[in-house]
Amino acid sequence: MFPILAERLRQGHRTLPFPAGEPPKIPDRFRGLPVIDAANCSDGCRRCAAACPTDAVTILDGKPRLDMGRCLFCSECANGCPDGGIAFTSDYRLASRTRDGLRVDEHAFQRAEALDAQARRLFGRSLHLRQVSAGGCNACEADINVLSTVVFDLGRFGIQIVASPRHADGLIVTGPVTENMHLALQKTYEATPSPKIVIAVGACAISGGPFAGHPEQHNGVDSVIPVDLYIPGCPPHPLTILDGLLRLLGRIPPAGR
Amino acid sequence: MSINHCCASNCQPVALADIPVLAGEAFEQELAAQLRSGCQLSTLFGQARTAQTVRLYAVTGETTTATLRVFATDVSDRYPSLTPACPAAHWFEREIAEQWGVKPEGHPWLKPIRFHPSYCAGRDAWDRKPGEAIAPGVTDYFRVAGQQVHEVAVGPVHAGIIEPGHFRFQCLGEQVFHLEIELGYQHRGIERRLVGGPDKRTIGSMETLAGDTTIGHSTAYCQAIEALAGRAASLRAQALRAVALELERLANHTGDLGALAVDIGFLPTSAYCGRLRGDFLNTSAVLCGSRFGRGLVRPGGVAFDVDQQRSEEVQSRVDATFRDVAGAVNLLWHSPSVMARFDGTGTVPRAVCDELGMVGLAARACGVDRDVRRDFPAGFFRFAQLPVSTWHTGDVFARAYVRWLEVQRSARFVVEQLRGLPRGDVRRDLGPLQPESLVVSLVEGWRGEICHVAITDGDGRFAHYKVVDPSFRNWIGLAMALRNEPISDFPVCNKSFNLSYCGHDL
Repeated sequence: MFPILAERLRQGHRTLPFPAGEPPKIPDRFRGLPVIDAANCSDGCRRCAAACPTDAVTILDGKPRLDMGRCLFCSECANGCPDGGIAFTSDYRLASRTRDGLRVDEHAFQRAEALDAQARRLFGRSLHLRQVSAGGCNACEADINVLSTVVFDLGRFGIQIVASPRHADGLIVTGPVTENMHLALQKTYEATPSPKIVIAVGACAISGGPFAGHPEQHNGVDSVIPVDLYIPGCPPHPLTILDGLLRLLGRIPPAGR
Repeated sequence: MSINHCCASNCQPVALADIPVLAGEAFEQELAAQLRSGCQLSTLFGQARTAQTVRLYAVTGETTTATLRVFATDVSDRYPSLTPACPAAHWFEREIAEQWGVKPEGHPWLKPIRFHPSYCAGRDAWDRKPGEAIAPGVTDYFRVAGQQVHEVAVGPVHAGIIEPGHFRFQCLGEQVFHLEIELGYQHRGIERRLVGGPDKRTIGSMETLAGDTTIGHSTAYCQAIEALAGRAASLRAQALRAVALELERLANHTGDLGALAVDIGFLPTSAYCGRLRGDFLNTSAVLCGSRFGRGLVRPGGVAFDVDQQRSEEVQSRVDATFRDVAGAVNLLWHSPSVMARFDGTGTVPRAVCDELGMVGLAARACGVDRDVRRDFPAGFFRFAQLPVSTWHTGDVFARAYVRWLEVQRSARFVVEQLRGLPRGDVRRDLGPLQPESLVVSLVEGWRGEICHVAITDGDGRFAHYKVVDPSFRNWIGLAMALRNEPISDFPVCNKSFNLSYCGHDL
């Protein structure tokens, strides 16, 4: 008993003050929000697009555009660019309410907005989610799981992962939706009472990610059920996921941080 | 005397022409003789040669001489099953049957493992018609009959944040007579996509074979193609890969020790280890920006070097995190209520472990003194060794305790290697791959032996690529651990293995 109490004192208080308080420290090599500076682009050079393993980078009117929904954040495009036209910043706030909102060009992307007033009244202070892994590699799953540790303490925001779709206000889905999980995902969605929301976490759940095009999967969640929030990354950093959830619930003001 | 196998060391390519193709009976005898003499079956897989013929390759490992043995046989649409003589082949033969429509006749429990159509048009091991829908998990199950015997079905979607799989328990009251595990829900078709490569997407596929084993699988892949290109990564790059591999082990073992504490309701250790696992992941992010080591290991070396300052930061983080892990984990061994729940729970007998060919920490927890890092050293493990950690009881306690022993050794290893990193570049360009060759690449991932086999065609492209995650070998061990246990002990037994669903399903 006493060793347990002594250890409790030694381990201390570890919960991040997020979203209030000091901005969390992000490692310097972290690859977050990409920025594109097409003014630097040499004409006709398509090296960024050619280097991208998932066709996330396309050239539109001679300028690169990056779809974060497909992006693995491997930075091969930035490494391949001779002119510094693409760079990855340490900005971890990447979630968007729409699929199109994840496309980054020279203008800022559409960071996630809050649910409408009625949905916020329902879910804003208590959101119960059922997690479905539909072909996820266990990295996105692990970084959702980590939100329940003492560091992020998801429970203090009224958000909880629950053990049945019947108890849930929505789904948080990972993986490209394998053919073998297609039916299970549909059934889980149908078993969740309306009104409900769906959150797609990770490149696979948004676009199929590194598995896009494989006949064994469905290129992401919105090919099966409607999605209300897209959280890109491979996997997204836990703060990216938490930031997305809190923005959806209106707990982080749109202009905030 | 005829030559029955060709020999190679870990990551040493062999010409396809040098691999003996034995007659069916000789192949079975050779495999059985090798397993009897203490070799282990690392993989057994098929590759379509013509519309009619499938070539089966076997790779076995002999630890005393660090030798891998490769031999092959050609089969048509059926052959006598190897499993009755070599039980370790049982899951591999189910995979061969499913992928190539080949029937291993006399296999004791021939069922699909991933639930996909056969890759050989017009051939199906279960005589399903072309185009017939294949529903995952819909198959015959082993049934126990009798009054008051009941069946419990769980999954594919589980009650937490867990990958999907289906578990079917045959119970009498609380007691489990038999557990059958059906997987395949995570099947993404990765192996098939690798053929014709390597290309720009290959490394991303390797990093996501099993997301918690990103470093393990990407290292196995890179070592394989570096061997085929005849150009090893620099020593500095190899050392950084070894550091990242041990950081991956530290993070996962720490997380698992916390998860075991959750399942027996011992909250102090679970709360601390949840945080500390993240601290190890964040240390990997100091190396390469990704908590899972994505983007670090690349063909020809690593994508990120470390300078003195970064090296010292990683060392001090590992030291500090390790001190807190020691405090959190030692509570387990000194709490009688914890030990009462761990001791004697979910025991896998040593003989069962050996016969079924279990690997990694689950095997070391049965007293098996085997570890790729020592037995088949490649990369930096040729120069820097870790003592192999074993325990002999085969139960949940042993699987927890071996993790703790490995955490201590890996933490010291990481700091020692960073203190004395070899000088040099970290990444080299690779030339074309050697054509018509086969290479076996083994890595001791945190769960156990990762085996990759690459076969090249005449142009040096992948004609075939085989991945064996340690989970593929160990899921049957979990089923065995549940024999005669109360069903309420399933969660703690499951966590004590913590196997990968996607690593199995590929």
